[in-house]
Amino acid sequence: MTSKAPRFWRCIPQRYNLIGTHCHNCGEYYFPPRTLCPNCRRDAKIEDYKFKGTGKVVTYTTIYNATEDFDRMTPYSLAIIQLDEGPRLTGQVVAAPEEMRIGMRVKPVFRILGKEGERGIIYYGTKFVPAEEEIR
Amino acid sequence: MPAGIVSYGAYIPKYRIRVDEIARVWGDDDDIARNLNVYEKSVPDSDEDAVTMAVESARNAISRGEVDPCRIGAIYSGSESHPYAVKPTSTIVGEAIGCSCSYTAADFEFACKAGTAAIQACLGLVGSKLIDLGLAIGTDVSQGAPGDALEYTAAAGSAAYVIGREDLAAEIEGTVSFTTDTPDFWRREGMPYPEHGGRFTGEPAYFKHVTSAARGLLEKMGARPEDYDYAVFHQPNGKFPIRVARKLGFSKDQIAPGLMVPMIGNTYSGAALIGLAATLDQARPDDRIFVTSFGSGAGSDAFSIRVTDRIDEIRDKAPSVRDYIGKAEYLDYAKYAKHKGKLRL
Ligand SMILES: [Zn+2]
Repeated sequence: MTSKAPRFWRCIPQRYNLIGTHCHNCGEYYFPPRTLCPNCRRDAKIEDYKFKGTGKVVTYTTIYNATEDFDRMTPYSLAIIQLDEGPRLTGQVVAAPEEMRIGMRVKPVFRILGKEGERGIIYYGTKFVPAEEEIR
Repeated sequence: MPAGIVSYGAYIPKYRIRVDEIARVWGDDDDIARNLNVYEKSVPDSDEDAVTMAVESARNAISRGEVDPCRIGAIYSGSESHPYAVKPTSTIVGEAIGCSCSYTAADFEFACKAGTAAIQACLGLVGSKLIDLGLAIGTDVSQGAPGDALEYTAAAGSAAYVIGREDLAAEIEGTVSFTTDTPDFWRREGMPYPEHGGRFTGEPAYFKHVTSAARGLLEKMGARPEDYDYAVFHQPNGKFPIRVARKLGFSKDQIAPGLMVPMIGNTYSGAALIGLAATLDQARPDDRIFVTSFGSGAGSDAFSIRVTDRIDEIRDKAPSVRDYIGKAEYLDYAKYAKHKGKLRL
């Protein structure tokens, strides 16, 4: 089996710590990171930015049947999350299906994202859980 | 040169199973929970392991003490459930908490005392000024074979300690270890579950090592049990720490704040360190805490700790152990087996 280790390794800052970029000139935040700012072009002042990881669920889908590697996790929910700084990303929300709702606040946790079978590497990174202040 | 705890953090997964529920499935009698003095144990989610819990506890320690991760010069993670046989847990932790790349790292193994051994290693490096801050972690997702006695207590949890010379929340006044070659509990390479020597794990293993290290430390400090406000002992079940405390002359009140095993089970490398974290959660400035770990194989590390004024400043900047205990969500055995991927019979 060919390992995706190199590809995973390049994404470690994004996956572990939600490192994206921020343009100082216009104030826009980018995740995944961009090295150019489409708003400012040549005037862009891009720097790395660590997102807080808090945000809200824009929409989601719950998966009940998955491939072998993910079967043990079913049912699980994949969501489009809008980070508080603005960008949207796709991530897993660790919550029971009945807990899920559009607009719910989430915060980041460090979890196993996947494994290359029994012998390969383990992918770690960020998932989301419901943020306490929103539990009613 | 005083050295000690700059900050600390704990992590306990939110799922629990009741010991009675496990006994029901295996047809054991109802007294098991009472005999062990363990009523519930923590269960990791299916996407949690020793690494993810180490990261969560380390992040709590970083935020509680508002520690700049770039000052950390060493990371040592102690566990008997490192997910890789080759590939360190500590490097993943370092990346996930945003350390610089100028730190040394290694994983420690010594059954349930690998985390306290990591604290001692950090104390050495910090005390000799080879590094500014060290991060020592005890983390375990412990395994018990289905139906084995260990299954009633094998739980999951982690605690992380930032060790340094300045801005101490608690000074480590002294440490003493006691170590012998005692085969009370082991797991061979490649085997999924550990083996143990049954009753042999008590007297010649746990009690001999804990009492020897503890008495050695009391003697070194010129102290008596009543000089301490609190005591924490390794807690593989709810009976051993109570019995060893009595044997040494510590009271039930002294160990109560740090006795977490009845609510969360045996968190192995996390156990004594989560107990210490729970004690720091409620200790007052100038309180003294006596801590003794135990690791099969076998050895004990004992620590004399004095809390400083800074504890009141940092305490509430991260979740307490009891915050995590209060967040429990209960599983039945079927869901528990699925969570643990336990169906490899
Ligand atoms: Zn811009």
